[in-house]
Amino acid sequence: MAARAMWKGVLRVGEERVPVKLYSAVQDRSVHFRLLHDEDHVPVRQRLVEPESERIVEYSETQRAFLTPEHDLVAVRPDELDALAPEPSRDIEVLRFVPVGAIDHRWYERPYFLGPDGKAGELAALVAAMRETGREGLARWVMRKKAYRGALRAAADGVPMLVTLRSAEEVIVASELGAPQGKPLDEREIAMAQQLLSILEAPFDAEQYKDEYRERVLELVRAKAEGKTIRRVPARRQRIEPDLAKALRESLEAERKRA
Amino acid sequence: MADEREDGEDLEPIDGGGVRSLWSGSITFGLLSLAVDLFPAVRTEALPLKLVDSSLRPLTRRYMCPEHERFLARDEIVRGFELDDGEFVVVTDDELEALAPEKSRAIDLRKFVDIAEIDPMYFERSYFLTPAENEANRAYRLLAETMERSGRAGIATFVMRGKEYLVALLAENGVLRAETLRFSDEIRAAEDVGLPIDAEADPRHVERFRRAIDALAADEVDRALLRDERIERLRALIDDKLARGVDVEKAPEAEEEDEAEIIDLMEVLKRRLQPEQRERAPAAPQAARHDEGRGRAGADDLESRSKSELYERAKALNLPGRSKMGKDELIRALRRAGG
Repeated sequence: MAARAMWKGVLRVGEERVPVKLYSAVQDRSVHFRLLHDEDHVPVRQRLVEPESERIVEYSETQRAFLTPEHDLVAVRPDELDALAPEPSRDIEVLRFVPVGAIDHRWYERPYFLGPDGKAGELAALVAAMRETGREGLARWVMRKKAYRGALRAAADGVPMLVTLRSAEEVIVASELGAPQGKPLDEREIAMAQQLLSILEAPFDAEQYKDEYRERVLELVRAKAEGKTIRRVPARRQRIEPDLAKALRESLEAERKRA
Repeated sequence: MADEREDGEDLEPIDGGGVRSLWSGSITFGLLSLAVDLFPAVRTEALPLKLVDSSLRPLTRRYMCPEHERFLARDEIVRGFELDDGEFVVVTDDELEALAPEKSRAIDLRKFVDIAEIDPMYFERSYFLTPAENEANRAYRLLAETMERSGRAGIATFVMRGKEYLVALLAENGVLRAETLRFSDEIRAAEDVGLPIDAEADPRHVERFRRAIDALAADEVDRALLRDERIERLRALIDDKLARGVDVEKAPEAEEEDEAEIIDLMEVLKRRLQPEQRERAPAAPQAARHDEGRGRAGADDLESRSKSELYERAKALNLPGRSKMGKDELIRALRRAGG
């Protein structure tokens, strides 16, 4: 089953031009619900309301406003917002090539596969050169009126990918936050916790994890549609030990017995 | 999830609501358990703009029944799954939670992996976990310190808002972060898309691209290259209007100094991580909630109440921000209020 490309562009690496097609590398498998009025099961509509007067405002009558820390509202009209949109273009400009791994996974947003648009040779050569140099690209492009940053990389099987990245303004990094404070931790407790952690260490195997809940939700829905009642599984009460040191000691004993 | 709030898909308002925790529950590690709240680590908008009317009055989103032509209260709205014939099967929050009661309440860390082993394709979204209680502080710090020293990520699955998530839990700078990972069946294979695998390349072309790559080589990512120019232009536009006093008006006074009204995610996270330095509200009384999570008997057993029952109680006590609270948050708010 060949998928349909969702966008076409041209990779620009210095003077080189490589026409490509973008394909989504992920698929949404979530169960979607609609919100309904409980009385008549009619899907609800969202309306914009001015809370003081309860007046309904049409979207076309709205504008945006920025709230300053001094509690001033600064109006931004729709035409002003439109004027900020980037110029449309088909170019995917590669700005830099950095060592693989230099782009932190936290920036990753959505992966796309890249396929050749026309002859396959140029794209294959770019991928081979990236693999030989151990580098991945940092690219920018404009797709559907929105500017994107992306990582250009080769998947394990050599298929090129473009992964959109979040902007620097969007991502909050832990170092900006400050950690919870308190009395110094007990080194013996840390040592026990580290032992427990190392007993639980294993390689990561993505195939091992299945979304079982999705199936259960669909089963529930099917059963209810047929008028069947669902047997409820009572929650298993997990034993919790409030004393940290004791919890760690007993967890270690339990894990060692299991091993 | 926060970014999937399509019309009629989620109970939360899209704008003007401020930051709220998306899930409240506990992290378990062996017999150790700590109460946490989960917040996004990514702002939905870099520069949040409020939706206002032509006179700059802030707007909120309300749900309306198109048949009855009236606004609906939260408790008049139910979740429905659409069948092929267009009929809806109504599913309650309690039914959804009952499908996986443990996973709805706890992120149980039973496996630790080297984060470098996880293909970046799996990473979906990033969240911060904050200690929900004063008592959780020490266990939180212990877990963060242990994980940071080992450089390992804890792997678990849990259920949040009617959906199961695979997460990698990591510690960085003493803060716990959860990265949701895509399930393997949510990732397509290149073969299925119909793309060539390990395509042959002409060595002369490869050499040309090598030179092009070398010319653009850098050792690390310059964060400046990740800047969103649109946001910078928007900021400049706002600053210019402020400087000239054009299109600026005083905002209507906020009625309550509720955390839910704080728009800035960073500020909320800082308050939650370091409450002793920032919290304006009095801390939760220690004795009142010592037994949480261990199940108490009698009328006071809030855990055994359904979410809608808890919500009703919160409504009766007029607790602020209740419509945005998850089950555990409702329990805690009720305990704090002595209800």
